[in-house]
Amino acid sequence: MNLAFNGLTVVAVSAGAFFFMAGTVGLLRFPDALSRLHTLTKADNLGLGLIVLGLLFQVEGPFAALKLIAVWLLTLLAGATVTQLIARTARPGTPPF
Amino acid sequence: MSDATLYGLCGAVLVGLGLFGLIVNPLPLRKILAFNLIGGGVFLLFGVVARRGAAAGLGGDPIPHALIITGIVVAFAATALAIALLLRLFRETGRATLGSDG
Amino acid sequence: MAFDIGLAVLVLGVAVWTLAARDTFAAVIGFVTYGLLLALVWVRLAAPDVALTEAAIGSGVTGGLLLGASSRLRRAEIQAASEKPGATLRIAAVVLCALVSAGLAAIVLLLPEPAPTLAPEAAANLAATGLGNPVTAVLMAYRAIDTLLETVVLLLALVGIWSLAPDGVWGGFPGRRHQADAEGVLTFVAQLLVPIGILVGIYIFWVGSVAPGGEFQGATILAAMWILAMMAGLVDAPPVSRRWLRLLLIAGPAVFFAIGLAGFAIAGAFLAYPVDYAKLLIVTIEIPVTLSIAATLALLVAGPPERAPK
Repeated sequence: MNLAFNGLTVVAVSAGAFFFMAGTVGLLRFPDALSRLHTLTKADNLGLGLIVLGLLFQVEGPFAALKLIAVWLLTLLAGATVTQLIARTARPGTPPF
Repeated sequence: MSDATLYGLCGAVLVGLGLFGLIVNPLPLRKILAFNLIGGGVFLLFGVVARRGAAAGLGGDPIPHALIITGIVVAFAATALAIALLLRLFRETGRATLGSDG
Repeated sequence: MAFDIGLAVLVLGVAVWTLAARDTFAAVIGFVTYGLLLALVWVRLAAPDVALTEAAIGSGVTGGLLLGASSRLRRAEIQAASEKPGATLRIAAVVLCALVSAGLAAIVLLLPEPAPTLAPEAAANLAATGLGNPVTAVLMAYRAIDTLLETVVLLLALVGIWSLAPDGVWGGFPGRRHQADAEGVLTFVAQLLVPIGILVGIYIFWVGSVAPGGEFQGATILAAMWILAMMAGLVDAPPVSRRWLRLLLIAGPAVFFAIGLAGFAIAGAFLAYPVDYAKLLIVTIEIPVTLSIAATLALLVAGPPERAPK
């Protein structure tokens, strides 16, 4: 059972790391701010979600699992907000907030 | 080499880098950044001493940890005051640098 | 070990980027990244309390302050680029810094073996303080006078910043009045996040007596929530001459000092706690200190007064 959990953790965290890397490649290669923001949020939210999913197999007790999920949700909220604000500033013609 | 010694060397290099940036860069805001880098390096040196003092079931000696926490808070207070002085200087003189003769 | 080498190289790389970046905005972003990487280093050095403080204060609040300053100073930076120092000063600086780094590296490599440590004494006396987190015990019991003086230093920095106000706005509102679209993203997030953040801040403060955390980390989160509410325009920063604000700021150090003086009467020395009441006294000190430090940190970021009081 422990081996199965460890294996699932490794798979999920590796998939999450792959998405983070894909997001960073997009950040470096895409031409303008808006497309970079798009790839960053998509990849990072999914990457962080997969890493949190992988770590859920390693925690003891439901409270630690709830804290991990809360971390993911708060990061989603912060990331989405900041992306919106940056995008509105980067796009000419729209007021920032 | 244990990982504590590795981070100690990293801290030593950070102090040198920060000192270089402090001396060479003409803009006060960059000097403040370099000063904070020096602070980070000094705290790392404390942290290495703390890590080497791991005993009695603790991962590190807690007294240097408390000193580092105090140091981080005081460094932030000093940075805030330095930035307020810099912004006031900019408001009064319209320049963000000190003159070459003081 | 390979991970540690990679992390150390990354920290040094980001530090070089922070110093070498042309644009100050990029340098500030590099500095925030440097702070977050340092927090990872602290976790590797088995110092979770320090990691929380570094991420919150060293990189979070300082980064916010530096970003605001760099945006205000952008116009002035262009004309200053011509004042770069000459080659002789640079070479002399390189030599000096190399010597300093080499000296510190030699000290690190020649540290005494076995390492002197106070961890056994700290762990042995932990039960007498009623706490479970040795770092909090050091901050609030063994070296409580350092923490008392630290709160006073924060207040002095704030007084120094307030004294930089021009005469016409003395005692007025700090910073600009921030306005945000009432239907917009920033207002929505501020309304959603501030209650959650206050809860998280109080939790981190409370759990600091038995687990990594404590009053400085919790106070920083509370301060960040106030700063968020101010930036979204939900509340305006109070004028610095308000009495309730000044009472809030000095409540923490005053209670700390009063309990310290009471230590003469009940336990025989300044800031000594009788063993049965140690935990109660520590919590009684920590609650006003947390609130005071939260207010002080938020006002340090808000800056000197810029609008006249009514």
